[in-house]
Amino acid sequence: MNIVVCVKHVPDATADRRFESDNTVDRVGVDGLLSELDEYAIEQALQIKEKQEGDDTTVTALCIGPEGAADAVRKALQMGADSGVHVSDEAIAGSDSLATSLVIAEAIKKVGQDHGQVDLVVCGMASTDGAMSVVPAMLAERLGLPQVTFASVVESQGDQVRVKRDGDSATEVIGATLPIVLSVTDQTGEARYPSFKGIMAAKKKPFETLSLSDIGVDAGTVGLDAAYSTVEETTERPPRSAGEIVTDEDGSGAKALAEFLASKKFI
Amino acid sequence: MSEILVLVDHLDGNVRKTTNELLTLARRLGEPSAVFIGPEAQAAEATEGLKKFGAEKIYVVDDAEIKGYLVAPKAEVLAQLVEKASPGSVLIPSSAEGKEIAGRLAIKTDSGVITDAVDITDGGVTTQSVFAGSFTVPAKVSKGTPIITVKPNSAAPEEVAGAGAVEQFAPSISEAAKTAQIVASQPRQSTGRPELTEAAIVVSGGRGTGGNFEPVEGLADALGAAVGASRAAVDSGWKPHTFQVGQTGKTVSPQLYVANGISGAIQHRAGMQTSKTIVAVNKDEEAPIFELVDFGVVGDLHTVLPALTEEVNKRKG
Ligand SMILES: Cc1cc2nc3c(=O)[nH]c(=O)nc-3n(C[C@H](O)[C@H](O)[C@H](O)COP(=O)(O)OP(=O)(O)OC[C@H]3O[C@@H](n4cnc5c(N)ncnc54)[C@H](O)[C@@H]3O)c2cc1C
Ligand SMILES: Nc1ncnc2c1ncn2[C@@H]1O[C@H](COP(=O)(O)O)[C@@H](O)[C@H]1O
Repeated sequence: MNIVVCVKHVPDATADRRFESDNTVDRVGVDGLLSELDEYAIEQALQIKEKQEGDDTTVTALCIGPEGAADAVRKALQMGADSGVHVSDEAIAGSDSLATSLVIAEAIKKVGQDHGQVDLVVCGMASTDGAMSVVPAMLAERLGLPQVTFASVVESQGDQVRVKRDGDSATEVIGATLPIVLSVTDQTGEARYPSFKGIMAAKKKPFETLSLSDIGVDAGTVGLDAAYSTVEETTERPPRSAGEIVTDEDGSGAKALAEFLASKKFI
Repeated sequence: MSEILVLVDHLDGNVRKTTNELLTLARRLGEPSAVFIGPEAQAAEATEGLKKFGAEKIYVVDDAEIKGYLVAPKAEVLAQLVEKASPGSVLIPSSAEGKEIAGRLAIKTDSGVITDAVDITDGGVTTQSVFAGSFTVPAKVSKGTPIITVKPNSAAPEEVAGAGAVEQFAPSISEAAKTAQIVASQPRQSTGRPELTEAAIVVSGGRGTGGNFEPVEGLADALGAAVGASRAAVDSGWKPHTFQVGQTGKTVSPQLYVANGISGAIQHRAGMQTSKTIVAVNKDEEAPIFELVDFGVVGDLHTVLPALTEEVNKRKG
């Protein structure tokens, strides 16, 4: 079985994230890392691989992003992915979700051509920077594959996959036959840490860096200039003005809070 | 004026408040056309309400062929309606499903998509709140038919009578759209409290509850509020995941958010930072949640909340 897991390199959420003067996300000045939500995707891909009989299943980690984004692929290899593909090209900078999904889809096709049909594409539920949660659905649309997304529990047997999805009004069980695009939530269970052995082994694993022309994407169809929407500006939200803080002594806290809520007409 | 398609969010014909908000925003852009996907009988029940909030047209799409499949058929329905009506924009509720429908629709119609808008101007400029609510971003779709998903509580629904002309629309759903099948569905148990994302007041509990949510629920009921939880509380099994507020849970933007025994991690903030008024009760005066609050009490929630609840009930009389 041929599994591709899509991993994004994002600015650290606990750092001071900001934008460049052209309103694109600053991906260089802020420390980056593998999007935490994609660790769950790697974990599920590895678990599915481990359940397969025989040892001909491979997990390829795929990342689209600038030079530094190769770190996300490396971390996936350390966790246990078998090979890595990094698509990096100046022209990709500032791409929107439509362009990103196009590049990922074409890269997946390339993996398919080189290593045999891709049976399973695994994504995270959202990137921790853009947080759009649209790329997996877009990939399914572009690749013409069934979409099985927001899985909180994943079960697979042979070419059958069943997942649990917590919808707004119901919890659903979704079933589909491979090949599919799967996205998983942080409810699927903790991701493993790279072991020392894993870190050493990762250095010897196949790692391909591809440009747009390698995957047959016209540079004019991606990047900031080709984006389907324009950001007018990015404004930092003014810090909330410091509120009043009281220390509860002998029940005074509840009274003071009630007073506050009443003054705001909540009671 | 062009039509603005609004995908109706409903549960068995009960239209959610978010739909009325979307219809209100749609009126700024053109003439709202509600798209109701579901059985005709349920659509009939929903018609009055949709008219009341300004729907000029109501497309009824019988769901016999759609129900039971995930996302893809709904995107096909909207794509066919875009083709037919050449709308000025398409507005979709910002749920997980809504965003996925929007994503697929954007590719089908070669159009730009903006997700999680919290406002839209009459010129079609959206407002988004990004990086856990720390930046505000105005943006506009520049190609194709703007497809915009809108968060709950983004506009106050306004009643303006619309013509509400009902039109049946029969889509053709491809076999390819029917490949991911819903094999079982367990409707959410009603808690008897307001829906988390729609509630005007949300009272949440975190690890600091120690698993005892009674004080949190007691206050919620006194205030007529929804109950929320941090991921730590959900991971501990104290509340189901549907209660989770934050990056990987629900985003809420109520008039009042009350955080109890919650430290205020960035991922939690991502789901509540845009609340109008924020209040916290926490034992630790250093807890980062206090950086956000309009009013904070340093104290033990197990004593503060019951006393507050009593005070609220007393004042209500
Ligand atoms: C990828 C990712 C996604 C995440 N998504 C989410 C998300 O969607 N939502 C979310 O909430 N978190 C999320 N988290 C987790 C987040 O980082 C925090 O771990 C979590 O929010 C902590 O929950 P907490 O505040 O309840 O617990 P803690 O951080 O342990 O805080 C408990 C607080 O309770 C206080 N306390 C203890 N006892 C009492 C008492 N008796 N009375 C009053 N106060 C008391 C303590 O002082 C402390 O401040 C995510 C993390 C990651 C990595
Ligand atoms: N640049 C990227 N490279 C690789 N995978 C990505 C990229 N962007 C998004 N993805 C995948 O798509 C998922 C959802 O991303 P998003 O739609 O941006 O929230 C992520 O969790 C990744 O699995």
